[in-house]
Amino acid sequence: MQKEELRSEDKKSSYELFFDIPVGPQHPALKEPAFFKFKVEGERVIGVDADVSYNHRGIEKALEQRNYIQNIYLIERICGICNVAHTLCYAQAVEQIHGKEIPPRANYIRLMIEELARIHSHTLWLGVAAHEIGFDTLFMYVWRDREVVMDLIEMLTGNRVTTAINTIGGVRRDVSDEAKYKVKKGMDILEERLKYYKKVAINDPTINARCSGVGILKPRDAIKLCAVGPTLRASGIKNDVRADDPYALHDEVPFNVITYDTMDVLARVLVRVDETLESVNMVRYCVDHMPSGEVKIKLPLSPPIGESVSRVEAPRGELIHYARSNGTNKPERYKVRTPTFENIPSVCEMLTSKNGYEVNIADIPITLASIDPCFSCTARMEFRDVSKGKTWIWSLEELKAHCKKKGI
Amino acid sequence: MNIVKWARLKSPWLLHFNTGACNACDIEVLAALTPRYDLERFGALLKASPRHADVLVVTGPVTRQVKDRLLRVYNQMPDPKFVVAVGTCCISGGVFNGCYNVYPGLDSVIPVDAYIFGCPPKPEAIINGVVALLKKLEGS
Repeated sequence: MQKEELRSEDKKSSYELFFDIPVGPQHPALKEPAFFKFKVEGERVIGVDADVSYNHRGIEKALEQRNYIQNIYLIERICGICNVAHTLCYAQAVEQIHGKEIPPRANYIRLMIEELARIHSHTLWLGVAAHEIGFDTLFMYVWRDREVVMDLIEMLTGNRVTTAINTIGGVRRDVSDEAKYKVKKGMDILEERLKYYKKVAINDPTINARCSGVGILKPRDAIKLCAVGPTLRASGIKNDVRADDPYALHDEVPFNVITYDTMDVLARVLVRVDETLESVNMVRYCVDHMPSGEVKIKLPLSPPIGESVSRVEAPRGELIHYARSNGTNKPERYKVRTPTFENIPSVCEMLTSKNGYEVNIADIPITLASIDPCFSCTARMEFRDVSKGKTWIWSLEELKAHCKKKGI
Repeated sequence: MNIVKWARLKSPWLLHFNTGACNACDIEVLAALTPRYDLERFGALLKASPRHADVLVVTGPVTRQVKDRLLRVYNQMPDPKFVVAVGTCCISGGVFNGCYNVYPGLDSVIPVDAYIFGCPPKPEAIINGVVALLKKLEGS
């Protein structure tokens, strides 16, 4: 009976009512290799299939082969844009196994760099989103202003993108008084520009026409599909790790959790712009209230036996790291749960027409971009024998032998 | 200098392909095209289709999954074509060297004309690399 039903569906598609449109792995709408297969009926998108495995590099396995200090530099290359969130999460997880608290000044510096990185990530996203809707003027403006925050990050940490500022037991560099003055000045420029962009996002007819009412994600679906970060907050749900489970002295630095309840792409734009303004204020607070003292404590290379879980609000949403130590200088197991991976089911939901909600092919790029996808941290693999229903994981040596045997 | 070579030197169109990068090099390639650095003053333009491009800008370590797609993109580009490897991961595998799913460098898969090192390279370095490639073409 079921088989017959399936067959009649197949027949429909052979009459060319439905088409499959492949997008990726190299596509103008995607900045990274990922593959989406859209099922369309005319201009309507009625189904979507995602494959995000192109970036799989095998980082979790590599983490088990290197020591804790080497791992800082590998961890931050999981994702270049939210590298500060990754190193912060990693350092917190390892410090938790050590059972040690770091000095308050180190925490303030960590928090300040984290918020600067959030400003950089959100402004970057605003530019990319403007590019996706064909508004390249805004893209160029935003990226010009983003250079202000890039200069500050370079001044404070020594590198523009991959900062490696967080280390186990504190931070690598102290912040001088001159640097504080420059940070405050930079924040003034950014605040003025961001307020202007907020005005543009609300008033501009192009942005409104392309963003409002597009990519709807209802609050119930958002919770059911485990959406995280700005995607969840744009559906009207107040959820932020910085407020719910404060880490790195986030309970001392005041800020508002931004939510919008229009549930569309425009809400995601406004959530991110407002969050950036909040971050600007948080950076100012950190500069004004930074206590004096040490920025690093010395910890042994090998933590004691134990395990820990650490949570951080990365620019894209909740980031969770799990570490298990067996007493040696290398972790026994390390697991990373990244926000984009959690948001993939939500974006598939946003891209499916149903019950009067229509998705056009032209809306695909901006809807995909609206979750701020970062596929570099998303790829996963496991082995599954479908006929036996068995799932297992291979060791590195077994994998290498398998690759050799298959000649890959 | 004949007119074809003149045109090629004045408008090198770029195709950016990410072969598994962490996004750091990608945002620096994009930053090089935006107002502060403005790579477009050399006539360079980021194109979406391999069939329009002269220069393939590759970022990231080449993963086993993406290798066939990279070769396909490379073969779709019209001759003469040039390849720029951006970032240490792309040149040698970098921090991912030894991972089971990563090739040790882009030149083990396709021929490379210019290497830009750094993790990630600054936009100035990317501009320097593209200009070095143009100089190389001028001499050839």
